[in-house]
Amino acid sequence: MIYLQLFLSFMKIGLFSFGGGYAMIPLIQKEIESHGWLSASQFVDIIAIAEMTPGPIAVNSATFVGYKAAGIVGGLIATIGVATPSLVLILIVSRYFFKFQDHPVNKMIFYGIRPVIVGLIFSAAVFVAQTAFLKESTVLNLSYMLENFLYIINFKGVLIFAISLICLVKFKINPILMIVISGILGLLITI
Amino acid sequence: MGELWKLFATFCRIGAFTFGGGYAMLPLIQKEIVEKNQWATDEEVLDYYAIGQCTPGIIAVNTATFIGFKRKGIPGAIAATCGIVFPSIVIITIIAAYLKHFEDYAIVQHAFGGIRVAVAALILNTVIKMWNTSVKDWLGILIFSASFVAVAFFNISPIIVVVISATLGIFTANTRTDVR
Repeated sequence: MIYLQLFLSFMKIGLFSFGGGYAMIPLIQKEIESHGWLSASQFVDIIAIAEMTPGPIAVNSATFVGYKAAGIVGGLIATIGVATPSLVLILIVSRYFFKFQDHPVNKMIFYGIRPVIVGLIFSAAVFVAQTAFLKESTVLNLSYMLENFLYIINFKGVLIFAISLICLVKFKINPILMIVISGILGLLITI
Repeated sequence: MGELWKLFATFCRIGAFTFGGGYAMLPLIQKEIVEKNQWATDEEVLDYYAIGQCTPGIIAVNTATFIGFKRKGIPGAIAATCGIVFPSIVIITIIAAYLKHFEDYAIVQHAFGGIRVAVAALILNTVIKMWNTSVKDWLGILIFSASFVAVAFFNISPIIVVVISATLGIFTANTRTDVR
C-alpha cells in the first residue's frame, strides 16, 4: 500500500533529522531510492524547487515526492507524515516546558542558550548572504576569492541588501511587503 | 473557533512568505507572533528555537506547535501546524502537477534572486532585534561569538553548543543578578 509506505517513510525522515531542511536531504534521497519513487534527475529538481518556493524545505520536498509517487492524496499523506513527529514530540516537550518555564534552573539554562540561538541565526544570515553576494557559489578558496574580488562579488545584490536593511531597521517595513518588493525588484533589475 | 482560525491563518501567512525554512521564518514570526498578536515574547521564541534545534523534526513545525499549544492546547497546536504546512501543500502540488522544470524559468530565478537578498537582510535584522533581549553581558557576547564560529566555520553540531552553553548558564548563575 503506497499511502502507508509514504506515510511511514516521511515519518521516519521527520523523526531522524535534527536541525532542519538541508540535514534531511540525504535521508529523503535514501527513502526515495529504496522505493523507486523518483528518478535521480527528478531528485535534483526537488531540492531546487523546495528552496525556491515558500515553506519549510522538508515539507516542500515531502509534498513533491508524495505527489509524484501517488498524486494529490500521496502529497498530502507524505506531508502529514513528515510533520507528525514534530507535532507529537513538541506536544510532549511543551507540557513540561510551560510547567517549569519560571523555575530558577530553567532560567539559568536559557540565559546561557539564548545567545547560542542568536549566533545560529547570525550564521544563517551569513549563509544566505554568501549565496546572494557571490556569483560563483562553488568557490571556496579564500585566496582565489580575494584575488578575484571584483569579479565574484555581486554588487547589485550587495546594494539591494544594504537598502533592504535600512528599510527594515529605520522604517520598520513589514517583512511580507519586503519579500514581495524584493521579488519584483529581482525581476526588474536581475540581481 | 475564532482563535483556532486565527492561529491557522497567521501560520498560513508565515508559511507562504518563508523562503528557506527554519531561520528564514524568524522575521515573520517576530512580526506576526511577537509584535502583532503578542502570543509570545522574543525570549520565548528563542527558547522554542533552542528546543526545536535539540529535538528531531522540522524547526518551523516545532515552533508552530509550541505557539499553537501555548495559545489553545492540543487543538491550537494542530491548527498552527496545519497552517504552516498548508501553503507548501498547495504551491508544491500545483508545481508538481503543472510546471515542469519550474526552477529553470527565468522569471522564477530572477524573482528568487531578489528574494534571497531580502531574506539575508531580514535574518540579519532579526539578529539585531534579538541581540538586546538575549545577549546581556560579556558571557553572552562570548557565547554568541563562540557559537557562530563553531557552527559556521567548524561544522560543530548545534546540539553540542546548546548543551555546553546551558551548562555555562547554570554555573555562572551566582555571578548574575537575573536569578534570585
